[in-house]
Amino acid sequence: MSEAAGFEFIGVKYIHILDIPSLTIRPGIITSVLGPSGSGKTSLLRLLNKMASPTSGRIIYNGTDLAGARPVEHRRRVVMMSQSPVIFEGSVRDNLTAGLMFQQKEIPGEGILRNVCEQVKLAQPLDSPSGNLSGGEKQRLALGRIILLDPDVYLLDEPASGLDDETAGCIFDMLSEKIRSQNKTLVMVTHSRTVARRISDELVHITRGMAVSGAVR
Amino acid sequence: MNGIINLGFYQVAAAYIFVIIVLVIIRQRGISREKEIVIASFRMTLQLVLVGYILVYVFDNPSPFITAAIVTVMEAFAVYTIFGKFRGSLSRGLKRVIALATGTGTLLCLLFFLFAIVRVNPWYNPQYFIPIAGMLIGNSMTAVSLAVKSLTDGMTTQKQLVEEALVLGATPQMATRGILNSTFDAAIMPTINSMIGMGIVFLPGMMTGQILAGAAPTTAIAYQIAIMLGILGAVALTVILTLQMGYRTFFNKEEQLAAGKAD
Repeated sequence: MSEAAGFEFIGVKYIHILDIPSLTIRPGIITSVLGPSGSGKTSLLRLLNKMASPTSGRIIYNGTDLAGARPVEHRRRVVMMSQSPVIFEGSVRDNLTAGLMFQQKEIPGEGILRNVCEQVKLAQPLDSPSGNLSGGEKQRLALGRIILLDPDVYLLDEPASGLDDETAGCIFDMLSEKIRSQNKTLVMVTHSRTVARRISDELVHITRGMAVSGAVR
Repeated sequence: MNGIINLGFYQVAAAYIFVIIVLVIIRQRGISREKEIVIASFRMTLQLVLVGYILVYVFDNPSPFITAAIVTVMEAFAVYTIFGKFRGSLSRGLKRVIALATGTGTLLCLLFFLFAIVRVNPWYNPQYFIPIAGMLIGNSMTAVSLAVKSLTDGMTTQKQLVEEALVLGATPQMATRGILNSTFDAAIMPTINSMIGMGIVFLPGMMTGQILAGAAPTTAIAYQIAIMLGILGAVALTVILTLQMGYRTFFNKEEQLAAGKAD
């Protein structure tokens, strides 16, 4: 099993949105990022997978400054799911395998694809058109395509926003088990303190761009 | 084969009856385009009269410098015409790409056409160099304009798709592949359509001109086939260069969308 991956922020500023003198996101655990809307939670995730770069300061990933990392290679290890993930034209299968195609990885067989659909509670046939899916189903499909990529770090932006409590609970249990058994790292933005306390090991509170981390009490 | 019938001043002036008819019709229908039609007709007349006199001088005094200067002016005019269509909405990077792609694509095809196909002698013979350059550059200019419009529109309307692809580990090239393919189609389709209709729907301008000037239709056709293939090559090359270099201008060094949103 590979060593889990973590992040360290040193004097990071991101335009007028974030100002984080110091923050550690520990490897191999689940960290939830909490804070009011517009506080910079999504920007924090985007900094972690190099979809945005700090205006000043450094972000260290596994002991290496992210400034020197190749963006595409980094994004293939640290994969993010947006709050409103975009579903590409085509079938459920096309969308599940989209990330694998982008990363030029082998497309797995039918069994593995079906298994991922079960994990994210997606009952639709693989060849059904993705355009007919509901908002929650699209979110689960997007989660499925990230799981297939098997990244070192999962970055999830409000993954439960379109899900009912029961489905969200099942999916979080599955994710929690995956992170701990496979020594992965999960950083999740959520507005729900209940969800955050239920599955997280650590919390990061962001208020007006300032981040403070702490253990879950 | 009969020689060409020269048009006198009054014969050319009679052709302006078409403009007057159009002006009367659009005024009756309440379409306010009189000013544009008058300006376009006046500009066209003035430009062609000037070009006519310049060409008479250039053909009588062939020189490599004059030929090169005229082709340079044509290239510059084409590039500034493209810039003008977008009225300041183009980034500096994209402007550089347009200039480079238009210049490189058309010049390569022009030189190949003149030296390998027509084999002109002397190499700078303005009688061949200038009209053929005009056709290649003019068609490429239209195609690049269409390509830039489709590319900028695609990068705006499909920004979220591009972002999602990047987030999933796509390179900028992979993330924009769909936009680039549809842009190539949009830019090259008018050339393909004109090739399909040629000889049936219409007789092309160069061929018509040669036939009117007394050339045998078979000679005119040979030139027209060659020039259409040259135009196809120049259009495709300039559009491909524009797209291959142009999509990069929407990304920064960190392979992020240049105007990325925050939070």
